[in-house]
Amino acid sequence: MHELGVVFYVIKDVKEVALQNNINKVNSVTLDIGEVSGVIHEQLIDCWDWAKKREPVLEEAVLKINTIKAVTFCEDCKKEYETVAHGKICPYCGSENTYLLEGNEFSIKEIEVPDEDN
Amino acid sequence: MKIIELKQDIFRENEVTADGVRKELSDANTLMINVMSSPGSGKTTTLVRTINMLKDKYKIGVMECDIDASVDAETVQKAGAYAIQLHTGGMCHMDAAMTKQGLMELDCKDADLIFIENVGNLVCPAEFDTGAHLNITILSVPEGDDKPAKYPLVYEVSDVVLINKIDAISVFDFDTDKCIERIKACNPKSEVFLLSSKTGEGFEGWISWLEGKLGGR
Repeated sequence: MHELGVVFYVIKDVKEVALQNNINKVNSVTLDIGEVSGVIHEQLIDCWDWAKKREPVLEEAVLKINTIKAVTFCEDCKKEYETVAHGKICPYCGSENTYLLEGNEFSIKEIEVPDEDN
Repeated sequence: MKIIELKQDIFRENEVTADGVRKELSDANTLMINVMSSPGSGKTTTLVRTINMLKDKYKIGVMECDIDASVDAETVQKAGAYAIQLHTGGMCHMDAAMTKQGLMELDCKDADLIFIENVGNLVCPAEFDTGAHLNITILSVPEGDDKPAKYPLVYEVSDVVLINKIDAISVFDFDTDKCIERIKACNPKSEVFLLSSKTGEGFEGWISWLEGKLGGR
């Protein structure tokens, strides 16, 4: 639901990096997004394609998404399991005493820029 | 083509800003509370009654956040609080940068208590730290006792849950015990108060809890 807001955060950060590195064109931006971060990829890309046109340095930048699998840890049986398949309840022992190890990430992994700019 | 690695957490900036806002308010001895709920649960009515019960003892500010319109700010202003209306301009939640800007505009430096009335939405506000010291969620009886099961995150991050509109409980199939159980499953430490913003029933408990948090000022 807040994909547009998140896109503005990404644009702000990438613009800063571009400025610091004297980059005037970015080809692509790759994000690390956890499976349970609550972000809808299609909407994120739609928002990106709309918002990037307002920024000359990002006009042609493609948004790439790298999905990080969500893993939950069970404190009772000390096992790890796939969050998306089983949710909060451990499939091994039925405990609800679990917490997310990874899978709610939302970060900028890398950007791709043309060689001639450097 | 050249690749520049960033490994930059998108929400980190918000967290840093939120911590800064929190510290500044703590230094000024101001308690800030973020109020979340779905639309129509009675956020404004609850705030108005709360303000009325506290305004003789404390200086209170309110930041009303809506996508548009300013009816809520006018309502709480009439109740005797310093109020501003923030328009999120289509955004579904408040973030710390918006809070920071709102605080400057609120111009209520020596406030004892500031409420952020977040956008009526149970999903996005829960994911963004506003810089508040405490989070409150209002759940109204007509919404159903299964809300915490459907939207767990907002209840996980809430220190207090106010179950509102209990004056209407006889009309709805609302199981209070089950609802509290579901709230505690999300956050065992959360405080739950049953009240009615319309009649004032149950407000003593909530107000005395709040005054406890305001204690020493």
